[in-house]
Amino acid sequence: MNEIFGIPLPALLGQLMLGLVNGSFYALLSLGLAVIFGMLHIINFAHGALYMMGAMFSWLAMVYLGIGYWRSLLLVPLFVGAIGIVIERFLLQWIYKLDPLYGLLLTFGVALIIGGGFRYVFGSSGQPYSIPPELGGAVDLGFMFLPKYRMWVIVASLTICFATWFMIEKTRLGAYLRAGTENPGLTQAFGINVPVMVMLTYAFGTALAAFAGVLAAPTTQVSPLMSSNMIITVFAVVVIGGMGSIMGSIITGLGLGVIEGLTKVFYAQASSTVVFIVMVIVLMVRPAGLFGKEK
Amino acid sequence: MNARKSSIAYVIGFALLLAAPAAIYPVLIMKVLCFALFACAFNLLLGYTGLLSFGHAMFLGGSAYLTGHALTAWELPTLAGLALGTLGGAVLGALVGMLAIRRQGIYFAMVTLALAQLMYFVLLQSSFSGGENGLQGVPRGSLFGLDLANDYILYYLIVVLFSLTFWLIQRTIQSPFGQTLKAIRENEPRAISLGYDVDRYKLLAFVLSAGLAGLAGSMKTVLFGFATLTDAHWNTSGEVVLMTLLGGMGTVLGPIAGATVIVSLHSELADKVGSLVTVITGFLFVFCVLVFRRGIVGEGIALYHRMIGEKYR
Amino acid sequence: MSATEYLRVSKLHAFYGESHILHGMDFTVRRGECVSLLGRNGAGRTTTLRALMGLTGKRTGSIVINGREAIDMAPHKIAQLGVGYCPEERGIYSSLTTEENLLLPPRVGSGGMSVEELYEMFPNLAERRHSQGTRLSGGEQQMLALARILRTGARLLLLDEISEGLAPVIVQKLGEIIRELKTRDYTIVLVEQNFRFAAPLADRMFVVEHGQIAAEIAQSELAGRMDYLQELLGV
Repeated sequence: MNEIFGIPLPALLGQLMLGLVNGSFYALLSLGLAVIFGMLHIINFAHGALYMMGAMFSWLAMVYLGIGYWRSLLLVPLFVGAIGIVIERFLLQWIYKLDPLYGLLLTFGVALIIGGGFRYVFGSSGQPYSIPPELGGAVDLGFMFLPKYRMWVIVASLTICFATWFMIEKTRLGAYLRAGTENPGLTQAFGINVPVMVMLTYAFGTALAAFAGVLAAPTTQVSPLMSSNMIITVFAVVVIGGMGSIMGSIITGLGLGVIEGLTKVFYAQASSTVVFIVMVIVLMVRPAGLFGKEK
Repeated sequence: MNARKSSIAYVIGFALLLAAPAAIYPVLIMKVLCFALFACAFNLLLGYTGLLSFGHAMFLGGSAYLTGHALTAWELPTLAGLALGTLGGAVLGALVGMLAIRRQGIYFAMVTLALAQLMYFVLLQSSFSGGENGLQGVPRGSLFGLDLANDYILYYLIVVLFSLTFWLIQRTIQSPFGQTLKAIRENEPRAISLGYDVDRYKLLAFVLSAGLAGLAGSMKTVLFGFATLTDAHWNTSGEVVLMTLLGGMGTVLGPIAGATVIVSLHSELADKVGSLVTVITGFLFVFCVLVFRRGIVGEGIALYHRMIGEKYR
Repeated sequence: MSATEYLRVSKLHAFYGESHILHGMDFTVRRGECVSLLGRNGAGRTTTLRALMGLTGKRTGSIVINGREAIDMAPHKIAQLGVGYCPEERGIYSSLTTEENLLLPPRVGSGGMSVEELYEMFPNLAERRHSQGTRLSGGEQQMLALARILRTGARLLLLDEISEGLAPVIVQKLGEIIRELKTRDYTIVLVEQNFRFAAPLADRMFVVEHGQIAAEIAQSELAGRMDYLQELLGV
C-alpha cells in the first residue's frame, strides 16, 4: 500500500514530518509561555520576537563572528536569556501587582520594539542559514527519504521539552518553582529568594524561545518577519491546551503541528487557519481548554 | 462636570468640528474621526466593561471589506453600504463574542486575537477580497444627490455619523445598561451574585462595540476608496489598544485624544522613519503601561482634581 | 535581664494597603522562651507574625532578631536569620508531595532535625510521604507544616493557630511537641485562640488589642489574672 485516500504515502509522511517539526516549535514556545505565565502571571507577547531574535542572532553570529551552528545552539539562548533578565528587571518587575492585562500590553510593546528594531536595521528580506554539515542529507528508508535535520529538530525539541518537564515535576529546583508558583509569599518566607527565581524563570522561558529560533534557522528564511504570525498561532495553541499543565503544552503543541501538516496534504488552503478552527471547536465543546483548570 | 456644562462643551466641540476644514486638511480629520470612532467603540469594551479584545481589527477590516464589496460589486448606495458594514460588524461581533466570553481575562484577549487572525487569513485567501492587493477603486457614491467625491461634502457626512455614534456611546455608558457594565468591570463575581446575567451583558457590549468598529471601518473604506489587509492585521488591533490606553481608558474623550495623537504621529512619521514607527509605537506602549496608565485625559482629570485639592480615585 | 533577648519588637506599625493594622507593637522574647499572643479575632495577632516575616504591606518601627534589624529586610532574608514560620492556613502546597513539602524550606541555620528524626516524631508523614500534600488530613497537614520548619535549623518559630480545628488527641500531641521543643531551647511565639492549649505552654502571655500590646502576664501571675483574661477573651 503506497497511497492513503489517494495521497502518495511518502508525501503524506513528508508532511507529517514537517508537521512534527512545526509542532516541536509550537511545543517549545507554548512551554515557555506556560512556565512564564505560571510564575509571573504574564502572557509574554514578546515570545515570538524572542524566537525571531534567536534565529537572527545565530545568522548574525555565523556571518559576522564565524560562530557556527552548534556553538550558537548554546550561546544564543544564553544571550537571549540575558536579554530576558534585562527585560524582567527594567520593565516587568514593576507591574506584577497590576492586572495581568498590563503584562500583555507591556510585552506587546516589547515585541514591537524588538520586531521593528530588527526590521529597521536588517530589512525584511530573508537570509539563508545552512544546515550544519553533520545533519545534511537524508536517510533512505526505502519508501521515502527522511531529512536528517528535520529528525534532529524533533529529537532536540522533545529532549528539551521533556528535560524541562522533568526538571519542574521531579527535582528539588522544580519543587521551588512549583511552590513559588502556588504561594510566592510563603515560599519567600521560607528563605527562598522568589524575586530572583521569577527573574530566572523569565530568562529560562526566553532562552527556550531563542533555542527554538536557532533550531528553526536552517529550516526557513531567517528574517525579522519570520515570527510575525507565529506568536498568534502559539496563543491559539495555548488557548487550546490551557496553561495548567507542562505536559499539556508539549502534547498540544506537537499535536497541532501534526494536524497542520496533515491539512497541508488534504486541503492546503486551510493549513494556515486550521489551528484557529481547532481552537473554535475546543472553545465550543471544552471552554477551559484540553488540559485547562481555570474557568 | 455636571450634565449641562458638558453638553455645552460638546456643542462647542461639534461647532469646532464643523468649522475645522477651514484650517485643516479635511481628509486628515476624517481619518482621525474614523479611528476615533474605532477607539471609542473599543473603549466601550476595555474601559467600561473591562474586556481586552486584542482582535478588534477584524471588525474594522471585515466591515471595510464588506462595505467596499457592497459599493463596488452590488452597487449599493453609500448609506446602505455603511449600514451593511455596521450590521456585518455586529453579526461578526455576536459570533466572536459568543466564543470569546467563554474565557476570561488574559484568555479572552488571546481568543479574540486568534479569531482575528482567522479572519485575516480568510480575507487573504477569499476570492472577493482581492488577496494581497485588497479592494481598490471603491466609489464614494452620492447622498441625496450630493456627490461625496467632494471631500467637504463627505466631511460633513462623517462628522454627523461620528457625532451620532459618539452620542449613542455616551448614552449607553450613562444608561442602566452602562452602569451594569461598570459593575462587571469592577467586580464580576459580585455582579453575578447580584443576579445579573453577566455573559449576556458582556455579549451585548461586545456586539455594540463590534458594530460601531464596523461602522468605523466602513467609513474608512468610503473615505479612501479601498480596503486592505492592513485594516484587519493584528497591528491595527494593537493600535486601537494603544489609542485607548494613551488617551485614557474608561474616559469619554480619551479614545478621541489617543486616536488624534496616534494618527497624526503616523502621518507625520510614516514616510520619514520607516519601520521605526513600529519601534516608537512599542515604546509608547511601554511608557503608557509603566508610568502613564491613566492616559492623557485621565491624567488631565487627576491633575484638575489635585489642583482643587480633591482626592481622585 | 537574665536571659539574652532574641526578638525585640518596638513601635511596630503595619499596613495592608490603606488599612493600618498594627499601631505600635512593643514586646520582647528571650532566647529559649515560649510566649503566646492572645486576643480577640482581628486584634492583630496574625498580622504581627506576618509583619515579622515581612509579608504585610508597609511596615515601620523596629524588629530586631538575634541582634539584627529586620524591618527593611525582604522575607527571604528574614527567614535566613533563622526564623521558621507556620502560617494560619498551614500553607501546604498542593502541587508538592508530602516529602517535597517537608524538604522545601532551605536550611537557615545549623542543628535542624534530620528527616529521619522528623519521620520518627511524625510517623503519619512517613507513611504518606508520596501523597499530594493537600490530600493529608487536617491534623497531618498541621504536623507537616510544623515538621518542615524544624528541619531548617530555624531557632525562632512563629506558630499561627496551630491547634485550630483539630481533634483533642492531636492538640495534645502538638502540646507535647511544643514542650519537647522548649527543652531543645527553641524560641517560640505562639499565636493562639485556644487559651487552654497556650496557657500551660507559654512562659509569658501578651494580650493584643487594637494592634497594640494591652497587657503582659507571666506564667506565675496567671492564676491571679484569670478574671481579667476571662473578661477579655471570654475563656
